[in-house]
Amino acid sequence: MMTKRIPASLLALALTVSAGAAPLAFDFKDPKGVNAIQFTLDSVLEPIVGTANGVTGSVSFDPAAPAATTGRIVVSAKSLVVPNATQAGHLQGKDWLDTATHGDITFELAKLADVKTSGAETTATATGRFTLKGVTKEISVPVKLSYLADAMGKRVPGTNGDLLVVRGEFSIKRGDYGIQPGQNEEMVNPVVKLNVAIVGSAPKR
Amino acid sequence: MTSVPPARAVHPLRRPVRALALLVLLGVAGFWAAKGAHRGWSQDRVPVPKTDEITGIPYTVYEDRYVPGVEVLAAGTALAAAIFGATFFLRTSPTRPPSSP
Repeated sequence: MMTKRIPASLLALALTVSAGAAPLAFDFKDPKGVNAIQFTLDSVLEPIVGTANGVTGSVSFDPAAPAATTGRIVVSAKSLVVPNATQAGHLQGKDWLDTATHGDITFELAKLADVKTSGAETTATATGRFTLKGVTKEISVPVKLSYLADAMGKRVPGTNGDLLVVRGEFSIKRGDYGIQPGQNEEMVNPVVKLNVAIVGSAPKR
Repeated sequence: MTSVPPARAVHPLRRPVRALALLVLLGVAGFWAAKGAHRGWSQDRVPVPKTDEITGIPYTVYEDRYVPGVEVLAAGTALAAAIFGATFFLRTSPTRPPSSP
């Protein structure tokens, strides 16, 4: 009788430990609508600065093993906004992003390298497949991950769970993605700066 | 005896049209200045930076209001200049001195 109980207890303990160590799935569709990618293009008169807040996707993150992080972030190109409505129309039009045909901008994380963790902060180089206007290229982006345990309820009252903040900044050449390659470079810089600051939530049951 | 060229009379509309040009210039400049004197392009929505308290994430919300940019100022100045320039085409036929008996 005793010999049957001990293995059962051990099994329960093992299940509990393994459940605690499992990677958490963070959903990046933010209920507060804060998530956005900011882009900046140097241009005549002033830089064109805008945001795209149609962020979705999920990231699997294990606080005990950040290097094993995987995930996919999707940004709706149609959510792109700049202060000038005419410029927004041009940017979304066929000559630029052609959002009617290519509605999504995606980044699919393949691996994290140079991972350094200090407390709840992890810095790393994220390498993955970046797709813009139907063109996919492998890029590496320096990122900072901040794991905020049990912070979900502070943002959204009545909820319970963890938050993962992802920050990163990188540049791309628009011509590499078929966006006016070699054209209008004296008017609009060929390099686009992208600034990512997004939060995902992993509810606890 | 030297001949005196006939004097040209000022067209009666010249001064009012020039005043209109000045009014257009001041009106557009005043509108641009009153709306914030924005030195970039016109804005149909104005970005307002915010920060999420818990995560520290900076984000932008947009207020739906119009802010005229320098192209509005330039267009107003060009219009005023065109109106002013048009006054040089407002001429009357030369007036001749009354003939001596």
